[in-house]
Amino acid sequence: MGTAAREKTKMRTAVDTADAVRFENAAAQVGGRTIWSDVNISVPYGQFVAVLGPNGVGKSTLIKSVLGLVALSAGSVTVLGRPAGQAGREIGYLPQRRNFDSSLRVRGIDVVSLGADGERWGVPLPFAGRYLPSRRAARERVREVIDLVGASAYAERPIGQVSGGEQQRLLIAQALVRRPRLLVLDEPLDSLDLPSQSAVAALISRICREQNVTVMLVAHDVNPILPYLDCVAYIGRGGAVCGTPDSVIQSQTLTSLYRTPIEVLKASDGRLVVVGEPEAPARHHDRHEDEQA
Amino acid sequence: MIHITFSWNLVADVRQMLMFRFMVNALRAGTIVAVLAGALGWFMVLRRQAFAGHTLAIVSFPGAAGAILIGASATVGYFAAAVAAALVIAAVPRSLGGRARSGESALIGTVQAFALAAGALFVSLYGGFLNGLTSLLFGSFLGISSSQVVALLVMAVLALAGLAAIGRPLFFASVDPDVAEARGIPVRLLSSLFLVLLGLAAAEVSQITGVLLVFALLVMPAATAQQITVRPALSLALTVLLGLATVWLGLGVAFYSIYPVGFFITTFGFAGYVLAASWQAANGRWRRASGRDATVAVAA
Repeated sequence: MGTAAREKTKMRTAVDTADAVRFENAAAQVGGRTIWSDVNISVPYGQFVAVLGPNGVGKSTLIKSVLGLVALSAGSVTVLGRPAGQAGREIGYLPQRRNFDSSLRVRGIDVVSLGADGERWGVPLPFAGRYLPSRRAARERVREVIDLVGASAYAERPIGQVSGGEQQRLLIAQALVRRPRLLVLDEPLDSLDLPSQSAVAALISRICREQNVTVMLVAHDVNPILPYLDCVAYIGRGGAVCGTPDSVIQSQTLTSLYRTPIEVLKASDGRLVVVGEPEAPARHHDRHEDEQA
Repeated sequence: MIHITFSWNLVADVRQMLMFRFMVNALRAGTIVAVLAGALGWFMVLRRQAFAGHTLAIVSFPGAAGAILIGASATVGYFAAAVAAALVIAAVPRSLGGRARSGESALIGTVQAFALAAGALFVSLYGGFLNGLTSLLFGSFLGISSSQVVALLVMAVLALAGLAAIGRPLFFASVDPDVAEARGIPVRLLSSLFLVLLGLAAAEVSQITGVLLVFALLVMPAATAQQITVRPALSLALTVLLGLATVWLGLGVAFYSIYPVGFFITTFGFAGYVLAASWQAANGRWRRASGRDATVAVAA
């Protein structure tokens, strides 16, 4: 956290190195097909940024290139001042997922602990938490993040038996254990009911502000997170637009990005409805079919 | 000739039992087998790979029968078949997506069905094999030599050391494969390593217990322990303890009975599971009922 604060100071003095994530003229291919190109996105330190776009546009690929799991076919991506893939421990990642199996007999707290040391070879020594100061500190950190996300009440229960929103909170805690400077979340609100969506969105925003963590969040619906966002990045095949929600989510901007007529309507409660977004209606249809299956 | 009778003086009974070399060796081998099968079985149940584990145990039967048929040693057959089957199962892409999982179980089922058929063919080609068949399927727990115990111990120590080396990342990859992979854990490699370890253990254990009992020792203590507790370290320890208790009790009771040892070991394992599962179910119902009461109280 201390380093993040220092980076924030640096942001004011040297604007060029102030971005937690920066894509420059980036392009990516999946199976030999270019899915996006000429993408320029800057995510300043400490901001809450949503990555938006219709289904199949390559939002998850963008996230994976930040993690260094997918190589770009052109251009560059800089993450926390280094080439992608070299900032491993400083990134907390929440992949797109379905829920844990209800028969999985493992507690939430164990899943969170794996975020701290899950990749270390060997097995934990029995009772080490009582005698080794480093292990005790790790255990306290796990309790601390569980408290931070408000999951203390159910962290001891089998993770498959808590609700989707509760699972998502535990997984956010898992991603936060090592005090990352960048939190990358792939559709964390997907498959949650509406109250859970807004609660988890508020939690992510609070973590961003209070813990000074830069957040990059992939979403297919901007509305639950809209009140909290600093910035949105809309991705299209031939580029991306990046800026404040008001400047980007507009009929004119999206129409020129997707080269098809798009209308953004504003409901009386401030919610945005994007009409004509390519493929989006079909996607919503598929989603419901998947849920029933 | 000593006359064997059961008295209610348990210390005297155990002392009488330990006068027999074959019982001492059976208890030693049973102890090693319970620890080895318990530890690997715990991960197998956690990863929901019981079907793969069953197949790895079953393929020892055609492996050993085939090896005897061509004049090789049965031990070579056990290991070759189990490791080959482990590698075949590991070659199927295993993701947590529902489709890949059902693809895996279809492949495993196919391998298992063919393995059994091949085993039956080898037995019939060999002819006059009936005693051997019984011992392949049901084991020779009560006919173990001291050198077999030593070989079993060496093998078990190696397999458990391998499992300990990959323990924590394997647990991560079993519970949360997506995040584990993003963290740079070689999830597929770990999965293959685990299957090979499971195959080696199944081959080693089935030489003692027979190919049918090995699966009971892999699955029963682990499934029971995971019903009782959700704490990983505790449930792993409990798995080993339950395995030991089952094997010792089974051997002890079989010693004073005319019925086969495998029946008793499996029955004690089954009874333990039924008790744990009913306790768990009753507990869950009680918790739900008290939860409903709380809601009613709030509403009122």
